Amino acid sequence: MQIEAEAPVQEPRSREGDGIVLRDVERRFGRGGVEALARLSLRVRGGEVLAVVGPSGCGKSTLLELVAGLQQPDRGTVSVLGAESPRGRRDLCAYMPQNDLLLPWRDALANAALALECQGVGRREARRRAEPLFERFGLAEFERARPAELSGGMRQRVAFLRTLLAGRPVLLLDEPFGALDSITRAAMQEWLAAALGGEPRTVLLVTHDVEEALLLGDRVAILSPRPGRVAAELEVDLPRPRRRRKLVGDRRFTDLLGRALDQLEAGSA
Amino acid sequence: MALLAAWQGVASLDSVDDLTLASPVETWRALRDDWSLLFDNAWVTFTEVLLGLGIAVVAGVVLAVAMHLSTALRDAAYPLLVASQAIPIVVMAPLFVLAFDYGIGPKLAIVALICFFPITVNVLDGLRSTPPELLKLMRSLGASRLQTLRRVELPASLPSFFSGLRVASSVSVIGAVFGEWAGAEKGLGRLVLLGNNQLQTPRVYAGVVLLTLMAVGLFALATLAERLACPWNRKEAHA
Repeated sequence: MQIEAEAPVQEPRSREGDGIVLRDVERRFGRGGVEALARLSLRVRGGEVLAVVGPSGCGKSTLLELVAGLQQPDRGTVSVLGAESPRGRRDLCAYMPQNDLLLPWRDALANAALALECQGVGRREARRRAEPLFERFGLAEFERARPAELSGGMRQRVAFLRTLLAGRPVLLLDEPFGALDSITRAAMQEWLAAALGGEPRTVLLVTHDVEEALLLGDRVAILSPRPGRVAAELEVDLPRPRRRRKLVGDRRFTDLLGRALDQLEAGSA
Repeated sequence: MALLAAWQGVASLDSVDDLTLASPVETWRALRDDWSLLFDNAWVTFTEVLLGLGIAVVAGVVLAVAMHLSTALRDAAYPLLVASQAIPIVVMAPLFVLAFDYGIGPKLAIVALICFFPITVNVLDGLRSTPPELLKLMRSLGASRLQTLRRVELPASLPSFFSGLRVASSVSVIGAVFGEWAGAEKGLGRLVLLGNNQLQTPRVYAGVVLLTLMAVGLFALATLAERLACPWNRKEAHA
């Protein structure tokens, strides 16, 4: 068990300069050796949000699990704030999977507090520490609701709070809104953009939605189809806070969108 | 109701011997007249069933968790587990009585032997059916093996446990009866056996009715316990 129980949960500020570095990473699966990632090199600067976009099956989830320390590359190195061992990476990353994966027998608050319990914090204390975040992220009064009673968007918020409460300096988000309908997704993207604005952490976000990437990312990396490689990187120099409503009329946004889509099409042609 | 009427009808036929089939009315009369005798014996059997089930639950869950945590143990123990159910209990029961004497011991052993199997198999399945993504999440949250077991796998396997318990509770009564047939001083099983030998057919039927009620009651209790323990698992939960 870790003795990190007493560590502050709120502000694990990433230092500028040290981020996530992947160097010539290769990853194969199965006996036939299907190549998921081929000589992928990528860098996420400390404190920035990097959105990785790619067609489905290009190894996006594999990429996240590699960084999270849940998988090891067959070749190349992965380093998170200087840590290269899987254990070291796991301790620095909070991973938010595609599905909310909330436990149906726990209420919303206990689900978010699970992250603290895994660090050895007692049940009651974990609930107490999770409570202020519910207010801050628009979930007040839903603390005692079971996941089945929450809408898809709310469940995703609870899952995000659980990720935050893990108290790690690096957030890894795997298509966080992929399972939501497009209206809810749009609302959740703005919500997440605002939430990340107040959280000075290093974020690696994976998505197949180019607009989502431009809305949330400081930079966007475009992956080629399997085996995944970085086909292009775009700097998203749009002012924050970004709101979908304003971006739609913004020339810079439409330019970036066009360039990103061109790259994606070039890759899959 | 229709079943009862048919039963009464067939039993009243002249071609059906009263000694082979007691009518519902006769059974009811036996229940009423011999109530204190039946109740005393039923209580003995009920105690055997409950204690045996209790042992089966503890042993079954412990074994399932151990087999879940250790692949080596699982591979080694699974064939033995299946084999334990192939043992013909009727043949083994007298040996149990020889080994444990006439008391409650052999009955508990037999009930537990029959009942732990469905519990172990179901709990083990429940533990193993935890979605891999959930295990991945727990790993990324830095959870220890024990934390994952306590916070995720065990609660997730509760519905499976109750499925096992329901099966176990419905066969537990049969176990107690076998145990008593092999040698007992009291109990419904023994009473039914004696009644058979003494051609007291209505009493035999009364005993069987009570045994059936016992099994059905335990089954219902297990179902109720599941509803209370796993409210999230109800099918009619909001979408």
